[in-house]
Amino acid sequence: MAGIYTKRDDGREMTEVRPMKAKVGIVPSADGSASFETGKTKAIAVVRGPRTLHPQHMQDAQTGILRVNYGMMPFSVEDRIRPGPNRRSEEISKVTQWALNSVVDLSGFPNTVVDVFIQIPQADAGTRVAGINAAAMALAHAGLPMKQMVSAIGVGKIDKTLVVDLDKFEDSEFHDEEGSTDIPIVLTSRTKEIALLQLDGKISIQEFKDVIEMGKKACDDILKVQMDALKNVTEVSNE
Amino acid sequence: MANTKRQIVVPGETIVTGNEFLPGDGAYRDGEEVVASRYGIVTIFEKHVRVVPVSGAYYPRRGNTIIATVVDITFNGWLLDFGGAQNAFLPVSEVPRYVNKNEMAEFLDFGETVIVKVWDVKSRGVDASMKMRGFGKIDGGMIISIGPNKVPRVIGREGSMVKMIKAATGCDVTVGQNGKVWISGKDTGMEVATRKIVEFIADNATIAGLTEKVESFIKELGLESEFPVEIVEENTDGENN
Amino acid sequence: MSKYIMPNLQKDKIESYLNKEGKRLDGRTADEFREITIEDGISKNSASAVRVKIGKTEVICGVHLGLATPYPDSPDEGTFMTNAELHPMASQQFDIGRPGINAIEMSRVIDRGIRESGFIDFKGLCIKEGEKIWQVFVDITAINDDGNLFDAAGLAAIIALGRARMPIYDEEADKITGYEEKKGIPLAKDVLSFSMTFHKVGDKIVADVSKDEEAISKCRITIAIGDNNGEARITAMQKGGAGTISSEDMESVLKLAESKWTEMFPKVKEYVFG
Repeated sequence: MAGIYTKRDDGREMTEVRPMKAKVGIVPSADGSASFETGKTKAIAVVRGPRTLHPQHMQDAQTGILRVNYGMMPFSVEDRIRPGPNRRSEEISKVTQWALNSVVDLSGFPNTVVDVFIQIPQADAGTRVAGINAAAMALAHAGLPMKQMVSAIGVGKIDKTLVVDLDKFEDSEFHDEEGSTDIPIVLTSRTKEIALLQLDGKISIQEFKDVIEMGKKACDDILKVQMDALKNVTEVSNE
Repeated sequence: MANTKRQIVVPGETIVTGNEFLPGDGAYRDGEEVVASRYGIVTIFEKHVRVVPVSGAYYPRRGNTIIATVVDITFNGWLLDFGGAQNAFLPVSEVPRYVNKNEMAEFLDFGETVIVKVWDVKSRGVDASMKMRGFGKIDGGMIISIGPNKVPRVIGREGSMVKMIKAATGCDVTVGQNGKVWISGKDTGMEVATRKIVEFIADNATIAGLTEKVESFIKELGLESEFPVEIVEENTDGENN
Repeated sequence: MSKYIMPNLQKDKIESYLNKEGKRLDGRTADEFREITIEDGISKNSASAVRVKIGKTEVICGVHLGLATPYPDSPDEGTFMTNAELHPMASQQFDIGRPGINAIEMSRVIDRGIRESGFIDFKGLCIKEGEKIWQVFVDITAINDDGNLFDAAGLAAIIALGRARMPIYDEEADKITGYEEKKGIPLAKDVLSFSMTFHKVGDKIVADVSKDEEAISKCRITIAIGDNNGEARITAMQKGGAGTISSEDMESVLKLAESKWTEMFPKVKEYVFG
């Protein structure tokens, strides 16, 4: 159903993801690392581990633990973000950890931790999903046991129109009418299960079902970019 | 070798279809399909499907040879750092001669480096042994780190790469499965040149025609490559010991 | 997180090669820097953001300007703050959490080198005396530690400042609406100074340490040097680490600092101002 938003500001189709760029091996001293860009949003992910978890009482004798630390660089957005954790970054770290945990198997590494660091050098909406896309690549690059990959995308609704991969302009400009709705989704690559789901806004049940379908298609596009980067060996920085 | 072309797979990717294939290390079965459970290079040998990692940390395996450094001395052994998640333990019973508990540091002190065998891998760590011939304390030379997945390429088929380096630089290259490489020669300048060659091999480990490239690199360094050019089939099957 | 383990044989080799032949295990001479690469445009949402690599050591630095009221004792001057983060993604040895003393020291040393040189024109940052001034924020994040993060960070800071674009201030709306294409922030370009860190490794003074050399360094000195009518002038100095430095060593440091500055400063100016 067409609403006031009929053409996107950058000319994209409603189902089109912004141009993407991905690379692995960007931090030579890490066990795994990758970058993922969607339009102007850039994310870096670095994996260190498995390594011993301190303090000892936090160790799990049956499995390694995945620990995600998400943060935005102070100059990534127009109003400087003070360095250090905040409630938003803590929440994103947690949901990211849940999403990645659904595909990584650390049962072979008891008493250890695998740290995943995600940093955003430049933000233009969709930062948490860009971070997850980079993190999934970095975990694979680290050689960790993973039954499948995960891919992430934000689907939104602007006024009455469903739209894939909102950029910042779309996310912030539509507060007058029904407003914008943002739905980050993470899907597993093989079984197409939902590993992360958040919703911010208003949406009908049928629209939501459409959102999931659009998300699946968009995640296929994202998975292709992730796989190409992992298979493009000449881009890998070896250590 | 039954290896087809060098196929890199991503977790969740279907490698082959068919019930006659057996999923090994790094692969699992999903219905009729054999699927990658790890990022790496596929090797299929007599229907046995494995995925060999090309990146990531070192995971110790029983029988591995590792190069490690003493970080602690306990009443009954030494704790060794080998770059893994936990330290390795070298019990006093696993060294070639009897060591009194008062002479532990005299025998093997903090900061000294050893070549040991991984005897056992447990959840709390790795047990090592130094009893066999060819293992023991090392001195002199220098140590560099490479990705553990590059180790087979640096050693070469039946040690061919290491031999080629020795012919060119006069230096011995001992490679631990944990990615630590001990370079030892009569002249530090040659050791530095050896380091450059080893790093070149590691950086180009996945590229075809590596042997020729290494020979050119050695020539570029101004060292004569006396090793006869052997027709070596480019093979990336990890010779994991 | 974990201690960087230095085998004895490695320490002996590094020190003896330096002492006997003045050379290092990667083939460099004691005074040689690794390759420096600069990449611009890391973030378009700030005044500037650059990536600097020295060898494999890498940092990203961004400059932001914000609006604030001036301090009462300097009503016509803007302010400046430096924050360096030794992020745990860059090294096994860095911890998650609040900045440790190493990050704090690095931030303060870089800050002093820039502030004391007069590089930032504080009066030029005044919008309305007593009411509104610009604050300049320099934020540095370590991406990969392969030794000498200090110099990568110091270089990134001055390059980011040199390339920072002036924000466009909409007085009515009281907010920043964009950045000037061609106008930079107020800087006293003549007094640009850049810092280099020297370490005593073995018996020698070494520039641009590798990670291994840094681990066995007996002493480090960071010196910021600017151009005073063609002559090198020191604008900041910091000795770090618990070791002591003799007067002979200090002489060697100063000699090396001056010769490296003469060699590198023209290139540094190019990086900063284009």
